[in-house]
Amino acid sequence: MDYIIETKDITKKYDDFTAVNSVNLKVPRESVYGVLGPNGAGKTTLISMLCTILRPTSGTATVNGYNVEKNAKEVRESIGIVFQSRALDDILTGREHLEMHAALYGVPQKVRQKRIDEVLDLIALGSKADEYVKTYSGGMKRRLEIGRGLVHRPKVLFLDEPTLGLDPQTRENIWEYISKLNKSEDITVLMTTHYMEEADKLCDEVAIMDQGQIIMADSPLNLKRELKADTITIKVDKQDLFINKAKKLDYVKKIYSEDSYIKIMVERGENLIHQLVNFANQNNIMVESIELQHPNLEDVFISYTGTSITEGR
Amino acid sequence: MPELEGIYTIWLRETKRFIRYRSRILTSVVTPLLWLLIFGTGLGSAVRFGGNLPGGYQAFIYPGIIGQTILFTAIFSGVSVIIDRQYGFLKEILVAPITRPSIIFGKAIGISTAAVIQGIILLLLSFVVGVQMTPIIFLASFLLMIPISVGLAGVGLLIASFTDSMEGFNLIMSFVVLPMFLLSGALFPVTGLPTLLQGAVYLDPLTYGVDALRQIILGYGAIPLYISVTVILVFAAVMVFISALAFNKREQELM
Repeated sequence: MDYIIETKDITKKYDDFTAVNSVNLKVPRESVYGVLGPNGAGKTTLISMLCTILRPTSGTATVNGYNVEKNAKEVRESIGIVFQSRALDDILTGREHLEMHAALYGVPQKVRQKRIDEVLDLIALGSKADEYVKTYSGGMKRRLEIGRGLVHRPKVLFLDEPTLGLDPQTRENIWEYISKLNKSEDITVLMTTHYMEEADKLCDEVAIMDQGQIIMADSPLNLKRELKADTITIKVDKQDLFINKAKKLDYVKKIYSEDSYIKIMVERGENLIHQLVNFANQNNIMVESIELQHPNLEDVFISYTGTSITEGR
Repeated sequence: MPELEGIYTIWLRETKRFIRYRSRILTSVVTPLLWLLIFGTGLGSAVRFGGNLPGGYQAFIYPGIIGQTILFTAIFSGVSVIIDRQYGFLKEILVAPITRPSIIFGKAIGISTAAVIQGIILLLLSFVVGVQMTPIIFLASFLLMIPISVGLAGVGLLIASFTDSMEGFNLIMSFVVLPMFLLSGALFPVTGLPTLLQGAVYLDPLTYGVDALRQIILGYGAIPLYISVTVILVFAAVMVFISALAFNKREQELM
């Protein structure tokens, strides 16, 4: 496997507080990789070290084959960054932000205008491109920042909480935009987030981070599968009879009633729906409705860290 | 030449900011005019100065007020890096693949441009205080204002690199800007002062700037011109160098 980012026991300490504790991260080329964790988990610190903003206390990291400490300049040329907090100048226009960025990153004069036009097209600022940023909406500002990170055609785009503080509709737009980007350009996206839904929808692979450490890393699907906790919700005409009979089935891990519904905890629920319906029929029980629910990343997070992501610490 | 282009880009942004904040340009011209017209006329007619001041008190403080305008603009623009930092824009510049000295140099000449534009406006208004302006005086003053403002911008940038928030603004005003202004001899002749005060006056880099401007514009001063000019040039170079060092060293804290 070809990894564009690799860290080896990377650690950042502040006095006696360890923000990032020997993290080993491997990000496959051209993937969307998510670092998921609650506020204060060390996500931003980790990303800052990979962006050469912070120097690691110990351990090493390479980005696009360059060491983040020894070849900081080459790393910077290979990456685009969208910070968690806004990094725009109110009194410049969107186009000027892109022009300035292109100049700072040494985009050749010949292709500069073309690149800027391409990016403006992509982020769909329309006529707003030539207005001051202070007139932009939150979503436009974010799009501009993402677009700016792309002007110099980076190999890796870092997004630190890209949809923090945006309304749900804008958030969906940004998601759509990031997946479109990942498909159309040969770019790797490394993003941090504390939104489960975001990681679930966007990321090919997710690393769960808590208290400075990576607890688990895999695809969202595998992570959820690992939990072995699908829920089947079933509604039948003879509720008590069904529960009594179904209790004895070996694939049923847990069964209980909730109002007029029965909840059954199983593994790999998609293979069992058919069997459950047959089982009910054999016992002359009528199934009125049946529904399968996979665990979400929130459940995964709780099972690995013991706390809900939104609770924080 | 990626570094040169980086310097140019940072200069361009600084200059755009200055031109787009029109209210700033207006106040930067009105404030010195108030000093010249009200303070200059008032004190000039109330007090007789020991030495003779050719052209009167208003003319005497005219180069001083130009110096003051450059001082305020340069230091506050330098300190405004703190605001850039709070708004996060500094990060965008600091993570770019260009060297810290280029960033500082670009900033310093950008700030200098803003300060010199204000100085030029004041030079053009010399008739208000009855001072004659010739092309040579104009050109020489213009050239002199460049290193003065670059050096003072360096002071502002240095302060910014060690300050976390604009809360320290009043401290900077009381401990840096006002003393530099008052000790510079902008408002009174620096010869014949009590020894302690005299020493402080000669430690103030702005003293040399104001005195050199006064010699060029009015034809008299307290320090030989070549000494003043040398001090100003050295001051500018040293301040840019030190603030570049400070940014290099404090890079992590600044982001």
